[in-house]
Amino acid sequence: MLLLCEIFITEYCSICMKKSYQSIEGNLTNDMKQVINRKLTARSLLLGLIFLLTFSTSLFAQDGDPAKGKALFNTNCAACHSLDKKMTGPALRFVEQRLTNDEGLDRDWIAAWIRNSSAVVKSGDAYGNKIFNEYGGAAMTAMPQLSDQDISDILAYTAQEKAAPPANAGGATAQTAAQSEGGISNDLVLGALAILFVLLAIGLIMVNRTLRRFAKANNVEIPEDAQRKPLWKAFVQNQFLMLVVAIFFLLSSAYFAYGYFMQLGIDQGYQPVQPIHFSHKIHAGDNGIDCKYCHSSARVSKTSGIPSLNVCMNCHKSVYEYNGETTAEYSKEFYDAEIKKLYAAVGWDDDNQEYTGETQPVKWVRIHNLPDFAYFNHSQHVSVAGLECQTCHGPVEEMEIMYQYSPLTMGWCINCHRETNVKVKDNEYYTKIHEELSKKYGVDQLTAAQMGGLECGKCHY
Amino acid sequence: MKGLIKILVLAIMVSSVMSCNDSSAPNYQFMPNMYESPSYETYMAYDIFPEQQSAMLPVEGTIARGHTLFEYGSSTAEYDRAKAELVSPLDSTQVDFARGKELYDIYCSTCHGTKGDGQGNLVKREKIAGIPKYNDAARAINEGSIYHVIYYGKNAMGSHKNQLREEERWQVAAYVMKLKADL
Repeated sequence: MLLLCEIFITEYCSICMKKSYQSIEGNLTNDMKQVINRKLTARSLLLGLIFLLTFSTSLFAQDGDPAKGKALFNTNCAACHSLDKKMTGPALRFVEQRLTNDEGLDRDWIAAWIRNSSAVVKSGDAYGNKIFNEYGGAAMTAMPQLSDQDISDILAYTAQEKAAPPANAGGATAQTAAQSEGGISNDLVLGALAILFVLLAIGLIMVNRTLRRFAKANNVEIPEDAQRKPLWKAFVQNQFLMLVVAIFFLLSSAYFAYGYFMQLGIDQGYQPVQPIHFSHKIHAGDNGIDCKYCHSSARVSKTSGIPSLNVCMNCHKSVYEYNGETTAEYSKEFYDAEIKKLYAAVGWDDDNQEYTGETQPVKWVRIHNLPDFAYFNHSQHVSVAGLECQTCHGPVEEMEIMYQYSPLTMGWCINCHRETNVKVKDNEYYTKIHEELSKKYGVDQLTAAQMGGLECGKCHY
Repeated sequence: MKGLIKILVLAIMVSSVMSCNDSSAPNYQFMPNMYESPSYETYMAYDIFPEQQSAMLPVEGTIARGHTLFEYGSSTAEYDRAKAELVSPLDSTQVDFARGKELYDIYCSTCHGTKGDGQGNLVKREKIAGIPKYNDAARAINEGSIYHVIYYGKNAMGSHKNQLREEERWQVAAYVMKLKADL
């Protein structure tokens, strides 16, 4: 069809040109050069047209849509491939260009590989076997559902240049500069005020001195202060006032001493520096990862569980850099360095995507620590009572640095046991005892205290 | 002059008291030996362990109480074997979709999405990409393969065996099959 089109256009064009030039030819019949030139222009125009048409058709056949390609890439490929980084499979930016230039493999080979890589490997293909062995003999998931157009789209996406990083840093520095400018102007105002006060004071002293000199010169006597009793002496001699002051001091010091002794051993607000800066705000807040994803043993055991590093690596194998919002204190470089610390501790070689086996335990600093004489069980509160973690641990999802939210004193425990109704719905274990006890106490809803939550032996034994 | 010295002394005293109130150091304890356990506590550092690390893996060749041996390896061939032969020990009365959903929402939905369509929060926020839908034709997952993947992980997904017990893994696998059917 296209060919027909081209032929038609060429014929038509040449006819047109002949016509238009024929009219001029009358005037230029004796000039042979002009005739040759005429033919040449027509030919070159023709060639150009053909070239353009063929080129545009070939573009149409090969060019994919990078936007569609990105979506396809993210759903089908990104589990194992990244554009710029080796993952389970190789990095794929400019993959088609690289394969064509280095290995002489065309798009048909790529399509065959994508649709069924193990068949390519079995057929004895040299490069196929090389890449198969290089990546530990893990066969790529076959994608027979991808059409030619899909593959073109994906390859168009991989052929895009790497986007420049957004100019966040520039904005941040500008902001800090503006802030520091504000600081400078504030300092200036304060400095000027201070100088003004100093000048005023000097002025007053000088006025005073001149006045005295005048008085001396004019023989005016300045009356000296009479022998008045100083205020403090009068105060000391007043016995009633002394008694009141003594009582006041005794009471206030007793108050402060009591306050000091009562807060001994209470670590509310304790916020130690951890060996790896782990932001609960980013993980639990921004990304909405469930507390129990990492603290999985809170469901089933006495302790809530410090996640072992393999749990971190479930995500951080793919998440190797921080791309969220940053502040001056917590920059992208800062967070990336913390991820590197994790890699060092767990022995993960991010460049080669493999474990080195050289591990280093992370010495997390314990924050919540009950004394040995008090028993507390997480599973009892999390799984049976169905409490939210935040009830005791506070707004952890907003904490950049974790701290102890509750006092963890006995009074605090008891208070909650007195106020909280036991969750008996869908819990057959409680049905019978709840019926009997609520009859005994004459209430509809039993609190934890009425179920025995205040008995000494429940927590101290 | 004397007044100045007094004020200075007072300022030093106040500032020293204030600096003691440091939130990065734990508070003083009254009779600390009642706070510390003579027996070993979870996650505490003790000298008898290598590098004081009490959180250690079980000795090689042993199985912890309540755990069972999983007779499939981690390789692709073993995955295929699990897919072909491994079946859930739970019968229809033991499958509890409510509990499966609860566990799924904690451990899987962050990436796989609450519906299993591969659109979890981390995917929406472009932290992790390439999470397939459960009804992906090329993968054709079944209960045995799901259990194998929970146990060992696959591709970019890591192992989740230490977060879920054996029975819980099967509950999640059953729930995933339900999601796959509903997609």
